[in-house]
Amino acid sequence: MEHKRLGLIVNPIAGIGGRVGLKGSDSLDIQQRARMLGAVPLAGERAASALELLLPLSENIELLVPPKEMGETVARSCGFNPQVIRTSGLTYKSLAPFPIGRGEGGDETTPEDTRYSARTMQEAGVDLILFSGGDGTARDIYTAIGNNFPVLGIPAGVKIQSAVFATTPRSAGELAAEFLQGKGVRLQEAEVVDLDEDAYRLGQIVTRLYGYLKIPYRREVIQNQKIPSPASSAVQMQGIATDVIEQMKPDLAYILGPGTTTRTVAEQIGLPKTLVGVDIITHNELLAADVGERQILEMLERRPLGLIITPTGGQGFLFGRGNQQISPDVIRRVRDENILVICLASKIAALLGRPLLVDTGDYELDHLLAGYIKVITGYHERIIYRLISGS
Amino acid sequence: MNTKIPVYPYIPNSVPDVKAEMLRTVGALSMDELYADIPANLRFKGKLNLPDRLISEAELIRHVDGLLNKNRSTRETLSFLGAGCYQHQVPAVCDEINSRGEFLTAYAGDPYEDHGRFQALFEYESMMAELLNMDVVNVPNYDGFQASATALRMAARITGRPIVLVPVNICADKLSKVKEYLEPDIAIERIPFNPKSGLLDLTVLKTLLSEQIAAVYFENPSYLGLLETQADKISALAHNAGALSVVSVDPLSLGVIRPPVEYGVDIVCGDIQTLGVHMQYGGGNGGFIASNDDVKTVMEFPSRLFGVAPTIVEGEYGFGDVAYERTSFALREQGKEWVGTAAALWGITAGVYLALMGPQGMVEIGESIMQRCRYAMKKIAAIPNLKVTYNNTPHFNEFVVNFDKGGKTAVEVNQALLDRDIFGGKDLSDEFPALGQSILFCISEIHSQADIDRLVSSLKEVVK
Amino acid sequence: MKPISPKPSPRRYHQASWDEPVIFELSQPGQRGVLLPPVETGIEQEVGNPAQMLTDQLRRTVPPALPELSQIHVLRHYDRISQENLGVDLNIDIGQGTCTMKYSPKINDQLAHTHKLTELHPLQDFSTVQGILEVMYRLEGMLKEISGMDRFSLQPGAGGSAIYANICMMRAHHASRGEGKQRDEVITTIFSHPSNAAAAKVAGYKVITLYPDSEGYPDLEALKAAVSERTAGLLITNPEDTGIFNPKIAEFTRIVHEAGGICSYDQANANGILGITRAREAGFDLCHFNLHKTFSTPHGCGGPGAGASGVTEKLIPFLPVPTTEFDGQKYYLDYNRPKSIGKIRPFYGVTANILRSYAWIMSLGADGLREVAEIAVLNNNYLLKKVLEIRGVSAPYAKGKRRVEQVRYSWEQLTQETGVHSEEIEIRVTDFGMHYWTSHHPFVVPEPMTLEPTESYSKADLDEYVAVLNQISAEAYTNPEIIKTAPHNCTVHQTQQEPFDNPDEWAVTWRAYRRKTGKK
Repeated sequence: MEHKRLGLIVNPIAGIGGRVGLKGSDSLDIQQRARMLGAVPLAGERAASALELLLPLSENIELLVPPKEMGETVARSCGFNPQVIRTSGLTYKSLAPFPIGRGEGGDETTPEDTRYSARTMQEAGVDLILFSGGDGTARDIYTAIGNNFPVLGIPAGVKIQSAVFATTPRSAGELAAEFLQGKGVRLQEAEVVDLDEDAYRLGQIVTRLYGYLKIPYRREVIQNQKIPSPASSAVQMQGIATDVIEQMKPDLAYILGPGTTTRTVAEQIGLPKTLVGVDIITHNELLAADVGERQILEMLERRPLGLIITPTGGQGFLFGRGNQQISPDVIRRVRDENILVICLASKIAALLGRPLLVDTGDYELDHLLAGYIKVITGYHERIIYRLISGS
Repeated sequence: MNTKIPVYPYIPNSVPDVKAEMLRTVGALSMDELYADIPANLRFKGKLNLPDRLISEAELIRHVDGLLNKNRSTRETLSFLGAGCYQHQVPAVCDEINSRGEFLTAYAGDPYEDHGRFQALFEYESMMAELLNMDVVNVPNYDGFQASATALRMAARITGRPIVLVPVNICADKLSKVKEYLEPDIAIERIPFNPKSGLLDLTVLKTLLSEQIAAVYFENPSYLGLLETQADKISALAHNAGALSVVSVDPLSLGVIRPPVEYGVDIVCGDIQTLGVHMQYGGGNGGFIASNDDVKTVMEFPSRLFGVAPTIVEGEYGFGDVAYERTSFALREQGKEWVGTAAALWGITAGVYLALMGPQGMVEIGESIMQRCRYAMKKIAAIPNLKVTYNNTPHFNEFVVNFDKGGKTAVEVNQALLDRDIFGGKDLSDEFPALGQSILFCISEIHSQADIDRLVSSLKEVVK
Repeated sequence: MKPISPKPSPRRYHQASWDEPVIFELSQPGQRGVLLPPVETGIEQEVGNPAQMLTDQLRRTVPPALPELSQIHVLRHYDRISQENLGVDLNIDIGQGTCTMKYSPKINDQLAHTHKLTELHPLQDFSTVQGILEVMYRLEGMLKEISGMDRFSLQPGAGGSAIYANICMMRAHHASRGEGKQRDEVITTIFSHPSNAAAAKVAGYKVITLYPDSEGYPDLEALKAAVSERTAGLLITNPEDTGIFNPKIAEFTRIVHEAGGICSYDQANANGILGITRAREAGFDLCHFNLHKTFSTPHGCGGPGAGASGVTEKLIPFLPVPTTEFDGQKYYLDYNRPKSIGKIRPFYGVTANILRSYAWIMSLGADGLREVAEIAVLNNNYLLKKVLEIRGVSAPYAKGKRRVEQVRYSWEQLTQETGVHSEEIEIRVTDFGMHYWTSHHPFVVPEPMTLEPTESYSKADLDEYVAVLNQISAEAYTNPEIIKTAPHNCTVHQTQQEPFDNPDEWAVTWRAYRRKTGKK
């Protein structure tokens, strides 16, 4: 095996609220309340479970970690001899009175510590960043280093909605091991979503699509022999894009929803795309970028619009999880035949038979939209799939 | 003496006690219960009207013999038939290997339990590669027609262009298949041939080439047996227009004929029936497609490509699928056709054949066939009242004889030969009216001088 | 002497392992495997050596670098690697779901080896081939009876080719009614064989795939949403690859007919329904069979197989050409079919397999075919019961219902609990001399395993297979490492996968391998 470098970031506060019934752990007072209730953070244990699987390869893996609870402690306790990041950029400095969240200084670790560590590891050119945390941690890493660097999440938070996590800490370790050994593991973009914290605590579920991270995903060890050569996801998306462009009416502008599949449509036309936002395009130009509901409605006053949309959020929500700009008012103004729903067949299969969902916030509209819809899954390939109200 | 409830040798659990026990295990009182989910109105009533069964092998042999004995084979009758199916020496070891149950009854296991199949097909690919001087050869597809059709679709995907150029004088059956297969995405335009030489008319070819042309397709030898002496130029013309050069060849000729890549061809295709597979009344075809090892082309192969790789144990050869997920970025994603059961056993057979023949054998068979063919042409050309149509062009194993001069029709000639216990050649007059009353004769390395002399003297009599 | 200990279950299998080099490494310069009839002096004197007189443009100057071996060495090499291979003859091959890996009777192989078949040229005068023409004609008759269709073409090379032929006939049918351009969509289901969708795309159609309802049946409401005046037809397998028979199949064909489309029945999975239910009564206009599945012809490592395309009356004009005819006295091939879709392949079909199928049906008769179907179904339901007793396995959909001839299982529960995946079990199974197959992509059933026992295996065979799965399931919970590092008992060990995907490393041929690795 070639020599590889692995970065490990542990968010020591992740998961702290969950065990004692608090929702999430992002703001400071939640953390303090949790500790007072005797909560112990999960992220360290989870990271250890994953690291154990990498131990047999330790001779060929150089571990790079932030100090103490953000990675060093776990790494050493697992038997690694890691290289520790210099801490001058970190906000936590001296020992704090509480037994957790303590780094070299300051009271707690903060999102800036996560971001700093990720940036440092990216600059150091590690082959993969493993992080232990939740959606919030994923979001921080994305903010720091964007979506062009291999990252993989060890699930250790309460909020695990993003698609960037392995299913269990063990499988995160396995996947990381396979990836580092070059064992036919590919990279693909996965969504980073997160709840709006304050709304969540008030009982409202409002997610936002924050961005994408590039994660290793599992390829079969042995290919299936009887079937036609599957086109890779990238090729399938190209096919979808080609099909969509073929269908776009020359004099109609389209609202282009967020997502990597919709981005491929823009790319193929040669337009930039707001990855987590909504754009308005025609078959050959960009009319408006990163628009909100208001701008869309304004444009609808001037001309009719079509809609090209893909499910976001990992649970099969067509509307309501990351594309709230496309509000009920907008949807009602788009004619049925001008709505093009696109999605990779592999993502549909991952729903394991569960229907696609809509949650626009308008109960009546949700029920109007429900039924069987046509989804474009490749060039000249469509499926008929059930859509139901998810509210 | 009739056994009321037969036990079938092919159906172990037809033993009544076993059947009963299994029914009990699944909690059903009868077989009918197992079909409960099929609605009554879809149930077939009564018994299928099929012939009475023959329960013993002795009866079955007798019955089938009774049918097949009505056939007269080319082992019993001298034959000069070719035109896409060829009579060659099939070494006994070829039949031995493709009869082995381990190969015959295997299917689609992975490279661990079917290591042998992967190695045998990898070796086939590798030996074909030596014939062709190219690094990529596919696991066989259905037949040479399919190979040609797929090669042309590949060319269209690679270049992104919608038209291919195809000679006028190719087999009508092949054209029919290719045309159907290329619809609706790709159009075909025809390249005429020079009536004197029978070869492609390059002057017209030049005018047909444009930015719309994905490929120039030709055959070497051609359907009418001619060796395309202008091959270099054809490839050059294609490339000048940004098109690919695609050729269909008889792999058996490649011991003496130059590998197509050396005359500029990008994709080579053809049929492997001539490499150790019996004719089987036209049921022995297998197709091959080959190219250079360039990513763009490899990604366009719809077939499987077996490759070699190390295993975790030093010194072991592991096998698997190369580029299993095709990641080409063709803009018009027309679908990479499909992969299914095709002709793998013939691929293994062709490998055995090539290993038995070796370099010397392949040279010798090419020389032998061409010698016998030219001998036949020379002797026949000397017969009055007929013409060897393209006598001055080099041939491989087949040649056209025209009977207009003597006033005989091709049908009459073939019938007369049949009366003399000879299978003549393919009657071309319907397929190519421009050639008049013509027959395509095929010569093989198994035709002795005496065999050919017999054909010559028979023809002499027939056209007198 | 004490009795020798009995064989354990599972048995202590190890695959043959000859450590056999690639054939090029066995080459001994100068050796020959077979010789040719020498060219007579008479010929040589008349024409010299035309091959060597070709111009530089055409003449090959360096002989091909094939290996040189004497005959016994070629035989031995291939015999050895044949031993490193599993097939129906050797193993309990029920793991290749949808392939119908049944026994290919040796008598049929022997019958197909007569020179009265192998040495026939397809262009021989009809009077000299009455025997084989009659066999083709009779097999067509049998398939007509089994399916209820009005005519068959035996020309297709295998299943995919037969499906493609059916789609071409569908296309020709609509074109003949002036609706060719209008009808540019076909409908299929996700559990039908993917060749249906793939072939339809090659033929220029847009493909609409229906996903199943919550019970695992093709979704009728989805079909209603899919049909329109653009519908050319329905391509559907029934029972599907899950082994579930769609009881509403006649409803499906009715809905498509009402929309003006026609329906093609993919009968690759016919093994459990021979004599039980037919394409005709279900309302189909076309159907196809795989002779190498249902009708016992051997799989040949991936072909040749044979396909049979059946049609109802209105589609007869479009059949591939030629068709086999009988005028009351003689058999002949009819080329005079102006509306035909043309040729699917050279000549008439995979005749050796046509003969084998014919012989197989003759040896079984109507009662025998019925027994084939019933035992295939009994075996499958028995296997279902036994497999469901294994920890970690489930059979999604159609709970409590019978399956027809195969089942698609899921190891999802085991994967959740142990982290072991179906593809890893697939490899571990080879350590016991067995095989199984997961599913087509995409994996709608998670962690899939598709098993099809056919009628060829005994109860003891099925029990033996289940015992192996059981053992591996136990291993997943107690010793997953042994699964993840499999295979241990095969010819070779785990193969590195990266070279297959890396253009700089991949080697489809020995010469490419030598070039890229610098091997001498």
